[in-house]
Amino acid sequence: MVTKGTVSGVIANMVTLDVDGPVAQNEICYITTSGDRLMAEVIKIIGNHTYVQVFESTRGLKVGAEAEFTGHMLEVTLGPGMLSKNYDGLQNDLDKMTGVFLKRGEYTYPLDKKELWHFVPIVKVGDKVQASAWLGEVEENSQKLKIMTPFRQIGISTVKSIVAEGDYRVEDTIAILVDEEGKDVEVNMIQKWPVKVALKNYLEKPRPFRLMETGVRVIDTMNPIVEGGTGFIPGPFGTGKTVLQHAISKQAEADIVIMAACGERANEVVEIFTEFPELVDPHTGRKLMERTIIIANTSNMPVAAREASVYTAMTIAEYYRSMGLKVLLMADSTSRWAQALREMSNRMEELPGPDAFPMDLSAIISNFYGRAGYVKLYNGQTGSITFIGTVSPAGGNLKEPVTENTKKVARCFYALEQERADKKRYPAVNPIESYSKYIEYPEFEDYISKHINDKWIDKVNELKTRMQRGKEIAEQINILGDDGVPVDYHVTFWKSELIDFVILQQDAFDEVDAVTPLDRQEEILNLVIDICHKKFKFENFNEVTDYFKNMINLCKQMNYSEYKSEQYNSFIKKLNELVAQRCVAV
Amino acid sequence: MATKAFQKIYTKITQITKATCSLHAKGVGYDELATVNGLLAQVVKIVGDEVTLQVFEGTQGIPTNAEVVFLGKSPTLKVSEQLAGRFFNAFGFPIDGGPDIEGEEVEIGGPSVNPVRRKQPSELIATGIAGIDLNNTLVSGQKIPFFADPDQPFNQVMANVAMRAQADKIILGGMGMTNDDYLYFKNVFSNAGALDRIVSFVNTTEDPPVERLLVPDMALTSAEYFAAQFNEKVLVLLTDMTSYADALAIVSNRMDQIPSKDSMPGSLYSDLAKIYEKAVQFPTGGSITIIAVTTLSGGDITHAVPDNTGYITEGQLFLRRDSDIGKVIVDPFRSLSRLKQLVIGKKTRKDHPQVMNASVRLYADAANAKTKMENGFDLTDYDERTLAFAKDYSSQLLAIDVNLNTTEMLDVAWGLFKKYFRPEEVNIKQNLVDEFWGK
Repeated sequence: MVTKGTVSGVIANMVTLDVDGPVAQNEICYITTSGDRLMAEVIKIIGNHTYVQVFESTRGLKVGAEAEFTGHMLEVTLGPGMLSKNYDGLQNDLDKMTGVFLKRGEYTYPLDKKELWHFVPIVKVGDKVQASAWLGEVEENSQKLKIMTPFRQIGISTVKSIVAEGDYRVEDTIAILVDEEGKDVEVNMIQKWPVKVALKNYLEKPRPFRLMETGVRVIDTMNPIVEGGTGFIPGPFGTGKTVLQHAISKQAEADIVIMAACGERANEVVEIFTEFPELVDPHTGRKLMERTIIIANTSNMPVAAREASVYTAMTIAEYYRSMGLKVLLMADSTSRWAQALREMSNRMEELPGPDAFPMDLSAIISNFYGRAGYVKLYNGQTGSITFIGTVSPAGGNLKEPVTENTKKVARCFYALEQERADKKRYPAVNPIESYSKYIEYPEFEDYISKHINDKWIDKVNELKTRMQRGKEIAEQINILGDDGVPVDYHVTFWKSELIDFVILQQDAFDEVDAVTPLDRQEEILNLVIDICHKKFKFENFNEVTDYFKNMINLCKQMNYSEYKSEQYNSFIKKLNELVAQRCVAV
Repeated sequence: MATKAFQKIYTKITQITKATCSLHAKGVGYDELATVNGLLAQVVKIVGDEVTLQVFEGTQGIPTNAEVVFLGKSPTLKVSEQLAGRFFNAFGFPIDGGPDIEGEEVEIGGPSVNPVRRKQPSELIATGIAGIDLNNTLVSGQKIPFFADPDQPFNQVMANVAMRAQADKIILGGMGMTNDDYLYFKNVFSNAGALDRIVSFVNTTEDPPVERLLVPDMALTSAEYFAAQFNEKVLVLLTDMTSYADALAIVSNRMDQIPSKDSMPGSLYSDLAKIYEKAVQFPTGGSITIIAVTTLSGGDITHAVPDNTGYITEGQLFLRRDSDIGKVIVDPFRSLSRLKQLVIGKKTRKDHPQVMNASVRLYADAANAKTKMENGFDLTDYDERTLAFAKDYSSQLLAIDVNLNTTEMLDVAWGLFKKYFRPEEVNIKQNLVDEFWGK
């Protein structure tokens, strides 16, 4: 029998229900008010008072309104047909909704029940399979998707029957399994999974080591992220968080990209809707939208659904990882998610932690980042979820709870800095504060030596040292004046400026400069390091400044030119001539 | 508001605070309006049969036996073409002595636009002010505030922008506005002969502060009416959003909520976002553009109100008095229009993005040179040239009294580059230098 409840109190989107039967923490219920069915989630139970957070506006809700419990937690529906979809935080298909304005209580099915998928079986009758085993595959947007044994299946089952290759709908039975107790289990293409429970259907989670190419020099060269890695981008507003995140999502070498717009601007999501269907994936040549799923819970959409949206996105990512795919998950911004938690905790009158955030914020964040990672599946294949979240620290102050707690768990830190943004040095990633822990992993070093070159990491470390030294000298020049330091100091300073302008800075809006493939990054790195190793002769600091400004200008023109084009080569030639003018020793 | 015969009247108030009162009542909906001795109030909390009302005008003088009538609806506005040219208070009642509006009654603060039904903004709003058009171009469907100290002339700049923007309708939402500023706007609009394009919702400093919580929603509901029904380009001016946030803080304080940063409610971000996100480009051609004012205290942008606003809006505009030229300028360092990428170099001449970046970079070099000078160091020839450039750039382009079209602005900028620098010092793409340096 379903448990029912009646509304006994309303404060904004927190509603109290008196219930007549058993309810579970995080169970979903629907409250009926003036013809609308409002979805809500249980967040606290005291006696027969059940506190629920409603995912929609509670305007007009009255005491006595009826609620019906569903017996399950918030779930996502997974299956073929999700790629290039635009969902809200609760996985409603936004394109299926009617009208320009969102209607309260309108829920749409995330999959297409009529579409036919060409199914090719992988297993045969008599095979032993466990949960998440690959039974067969279908193709969506040229991506091979696996149809799997239900995630909830317990123990080892035997394949009793499996359909022949052919076209089927998501709800058609494609296999019958016999479970350990001898019962038949019908399997179709749909999986369901509660979003707040991590999907741990893998053998092990080894340390990640494979570089994930993003085409952004300050990431790939300076602070690389790996497949299955985690990173975060904190920064005050206006420092380019979103531009950087969009650049990564456009260019990253991933099979599936999931963008969770969590409490951010609707126009930014519109930008993705508008541009991604036109843009081409630099790695496969197909349209970007074909590999992308957008979870849009923009800032004006209900707050409670904002919390759900990041979990929805993560669960969808886990689904694709189970198929052995490389998934990139981006969440913009995790601070809005934390704020949603704060609003609820406040309404429940919980004792607040730092900055009025809930006390368990740290645990919530680390559990969430912990769901990402590189995994070895039971069948020996591998899959990964690379997770990059942005953080919007209040007042740009990195000593606030969300940034601090994220820093404890994320392995890459891309600190965006107001000062650099003010100087239009984009991407405004602070070269000294930022880090990638992966660069210290021996597995990663091994991989880079084999696949790129064995000097790479040494050179990157040298860049970092030079940036640090450049900053120190700049401070000294500020105090002592241009004349107060030796000419050599100016040379060292300008070498760090060269690194800054040529490697770190990148024009995300220029067709060529926006994406730098790895081989080109290697060439620039070698070129800049070679110049840094050279000794130059100057009479005074004015000569240094003029000379290096010229050099930077040439390098920038080179960055704007098509790789290996005539124009590119001509700038290289000019650069070599310029270097030869004053170079006295290598 | 007249009481209808069949409405139940409650006369037993159990609790009164400065802004709220509570009573026992049944069948009341959340967010519903009520009158308490004729004063408008709204349901903010229901626990069992105890209902808490927020009284907009404050609770002074309300007795425990006040008559409470529930109106069975949340705050509404009657919309029709008759709104044009009229002045209203925060409740949407006329304050200009004119007749009541006849039209469809719609709930304010309604649902948001489905993100997939939005269109990407792409139309440039020309203001003639180079500090805006050249460096921080506005686009219809954008939301952007002025971050300004109370003594800065933001209302004048905003009125200028509104008059030049060629909007079909201009909607003014005044919150905690001084009476003088209200009359200033009224004057500017009527002198420009634009009164029939203007709708105003005004809460002045003489009105109760909690009332102003209704102003943005009133303004935006009427904006949605004109933009969605008639496909008009609507410009909404909201001044001052800091007063709005202060009113939110008062209410949340009265309701015993735990304050977060700067005594603001924890939901400040969502509350502000709900307003600003009404800015939209509809696929049918109509648009809502929001230009707001957020006053700062002592220029502090890390305060919760400007900080949260900055994360919501698509950029911000800073005004600053430039002592070198004795004029107010649009600060090129701290100002930003996020949507400018959608139009610059596309709707304007192709050299726009690079010219914009180069001039700001040179202006930054001038700022460094100035610091050097102030610290008593010798200036290089380059430093001297950047300083001279900065002065011209500031007076010919950044000052708020400039009125040029974007092509003229770009030509002025190239002229200044040529006057003070060599091509390799400006860091602009070679093909653009080839094309425009000689001009």
